[in-house]
Amino acid sequence: MQIAPLEITTYRNLERAKYPFCPGCGHTFVLDHLNAALVKLQLDPQKTVIVTDIGCVGMSDQYFDVNAFHGLHGRAITYATGIKLARPELNVVVLMGDGGLGIGGAHLLSAARRNIGITVLVFNNLNFGMTGGEHSVTTPHGGVTASTRGGNLERPLDVCATVSVNGASFVYRGTAFDKELPDRIAEAITTPGFALLDIWELCTAYYVPNNKFSKNELLQTMQTLGLPSGVLQRMDNPELSRAYREQNVGALGRTPLPPEPIEKKYDSALAATTRIVLAGAAGGKVKSTASALALGAMYSGLWATQRDDYPTTVMSGYSVSEVILSRDEILYMGIAKPDILVIITPEGLTQVPRQLRAMDETQTVYVVPELADQIETRARKIIFNFERAAAGKKSLAVMTTAAIVRHADLYPLAAFREAISAGQRADIAVENLKAVDASERIL
Amino acid sequence: MREFIDGAEAIARGAFAAGCNFFAGYPITPATPILLRMLRELPKTSGVGIQGEDEIASIGMCLGAAMTGAKAMTATSGPGLSLYSENIGLAITGEVPLVIVDVMRLGPATGGATTVSQGDVQFLRWVTSGGFPIIALCPSSIAECYSLTQHAFNLAERFRAPVFIATDKEMMSAQQSVNTDAFEKIEIINRVAAPAGGEFVPYQTKKLADIPAFAPIGGEQLTRLTGSMHDERGMLTKKTSAVNKTSRHLWQKIQAHRDELEFTKLDAQEGAATLVVSYGITARSATEAVRHTRAAGKLASSLIIQSLWPLPKRALRESMRGISRVIVPELNFGQYRQEVERIALSLDPRPEVIGVDRVDGELITPQEIEELFGRG
Ligand SMILES: Cc1ncc(C[n+]2csc(CCOP(=O)(O)OP(=O)(O)O)c2C)c(N)n1
Ligand code: SF4
Ligand SMILES: [Mg+2]
Repeated sequence: MQIAPLEITTYRNLERAKYPFCPGCGHTFVLDHLNAALVKLQLDPQKTVIVTDIGCVGMSDQYFDVNAFHGLHGRAITYATGIKLARPELNVVVLMGDGGLGIGGAHLLSAARRNIGITVLVFNNLNFGMTGGEHSVTTPHGGVTASTRGGNLERPLDVCATVSVNGASFVYRGTAFDKELPDRIAEAITTPGFALLDIWELCTAYYVPNNKFSKNELLQTMQTLGLPSGVLQRMDNPELSRAYREQNVGALGRTPLPPEPIEKKYDSALAATTRIVLAGAAGGKVKSTASALALGAMYSGLWATQRDDYPTTVMSGYSVSEVILSRDEILYMGIAKPDILVIITPEGLTQVPRQLRAMDETQTVYVVPELADQIETRARKIIFNFERAAAGKKSLAVMTTAAIVRHADLYPLAAFREAISAGQRADIAVENLKAVDASERIL
Repeated sequence: MREFIDGAEAIARGAFAAGCNFFAGYPITPATPILLRMLRELPKTSGVGIQGEDEIASIGMCLGAAMTGAKAMTATSGPGLSLYSENIGLAITGEVPLVIVDVMRLGPATGGATTVSQGDVQFLRWVTSGGFPIIALCPSSIAECYSLTQHAFNLAERFRAPVFIATDKEMMSAQQSVNTDAFEKIEIINRVAAPAGGEFVPYQTKKLADIPAFAPIGGEQLTRLTGSMHDERGMLTKKTSAVNKTSRHLWQKIQAHRDELEFTKLDAQEGAATLVVSYGITARSATEAVRHTRAAGKLASSLIIQSLWPLPKRALRESMRGISRVIVPELNFGQYRQEVERIALSLDPRPEVIGVDRVDGELITPQEIEELFGRG
């Protein structure tokens, strides 16, 4: 025999029958409407979570028998987004004040844009209740608060218009006195995408006495400001947590970050750890050449490290790469004193004065003819000769490096060639291999 | 098997090995490579990766996801860590498992985006208000990026707490050949699940130092998380006894397990009078300095710290016993040296503690450390 599940008659925590709010506080009414909406929907409490912001409204989750997440001021939407992204089947309801709305404004905008399937109830009592009645982003112009004694000079935020233009699926504005509120909250919760209700209400401790406010003034203010009420938007756009999964079905089951082994195929005669600096210009293939230099070394059974330095604007200025080759694992990865320094452009030269000063007779500077005169160093100076192999700007790094691989006998040139073929796009590799061929004639 | 990878790749691989299935972050040099890898790879294991609208949202999303049972990670650098601060407090008090990578760059403020530093060491220790303990691991090799990331997830699960991986620009972006066959796969630890049936009391523990069992949002039992001072049911309280209990629990749950949280590598040489204490990228120069010193026929000892916080007091004290000089090289103004000095004060004979501080964006060279050995 099938037993019909019991109807849930309330989602309120009956051990906490009485709310903690001031007499007449609007939060009381909104929470009762929320309870009515939950009862209407008969949501599974286990599949439902109330995410509260801070402020008087932030105490609300303790009065319900559903899951609860009570986080930081203004950040409720971020936790709700994380919960929904991780578990799209959950009903996620955010309760936040107009204070939270202001401090967390960036999250509100993004939640609407993303159309994340959460429901946000804004308990909009036009001021900060908990901290003593200061003004918020929704305090009307002229509103008297603890922090705007002479009347608020700022313009109030139109929350509904803001989230509407940014793609919210369901938007409603009303007051805590609305009879239809349970239905509208229920509709918001069943909306797949982002839903927001801007619910105006009274803070009887502060905004009411400070402004001789009542229900009538509340409605009047909404009208004076020209803010429409009722359902303001219903849209049917893809909800983020589901769209994410749909977009990614194809990826499922593939191995994340599979290993990319590098086989030893050649032998290197290199005995001592060799520290190499390539100093050139951005856009001159310095970094990719350094990668090929390191990869070729690994094909030859050596250990390698590579560090690249370039300005944050990657397409202009200098580009300096450091490569260390060794028979053993490399610990210290800096190069204070290079064994080989390759200077191929003026931009590169500006970056290496310290290294030039540090180098001695046992080390070598390789330099293009145009810059040779500007180099002052104790190191051996070797000048490339391009008379028999003119190098274009683009092939300078590859050509000079290939020449050095051979000249300094780092490892077989075939390994460098193979590194270029393996690590670079086919058409670029073809160009670069031509430069390697030509490199024989420059040293 | 040799591979040519950077620390970001190894941290991401470690995260997958540990079961990470949620990542949210905001682009910032030098942490972006971790973000991009996680976003690209997570869909393959039905995980979720997202770029938040800012760092506050990113860590917030991680906290939300973690409370549904996800193993979450985020990665940032100094400016972003500053924005994480308040939510790190939430993770501590709400007891949320979370792994946070801090790729240190030169600070303060925007500082040097592409410049190496170890300037966040004390910032990590006191990263949020209230003065509660945190756990921070610090790899000094690609292999440790992989193993310590797994440990970070395990510790986050075991202690229901945020766990930091403190690393730096060079560790993340320098490519290195590594033998990935030697990567250590760590056995996965999961948070202790609440027993089925009966009412679940979210923050109930038998002893102050115990870790509360976990029930996910959306699971069989209703659960609560709160960032407010709470009783064991997760309800706001100002009751002195409950406040005292929660505060002391948050303190004890880490402090009482300090022995479990000490990760260090000691390479002591019989009779050595000088010890170098180092961590992260700087440990590599220290290791080289020790090798050179020994090769020159002199004695030298080394202690590498893999768990910066809580301070591995036992290992520090034991390694410093009988030592007359301790060298602490750091890419800051001696942030860890002051901890080592405090330990030195408790020893008799008391070793002299000297630092090598570099704040110019360059790595400390092995020679800078070696010279100090030589003077011993
Ligand atoms: C980061 C941060 N700043 C300030 C506060 C102090 N604070 C607590 S509640 C609140 C405002 C609450 O106003 P609102 O969101 O409108 O909620 P209400 O009290 O009106 O329900 C503020 C500023 C805080 N908790 N966190
Ligand atoms: S201070 Fe205002 S918002 Fe807070 S409980 Fe009192 S009336 Fe309600
Ligand atoms: Mg308010």
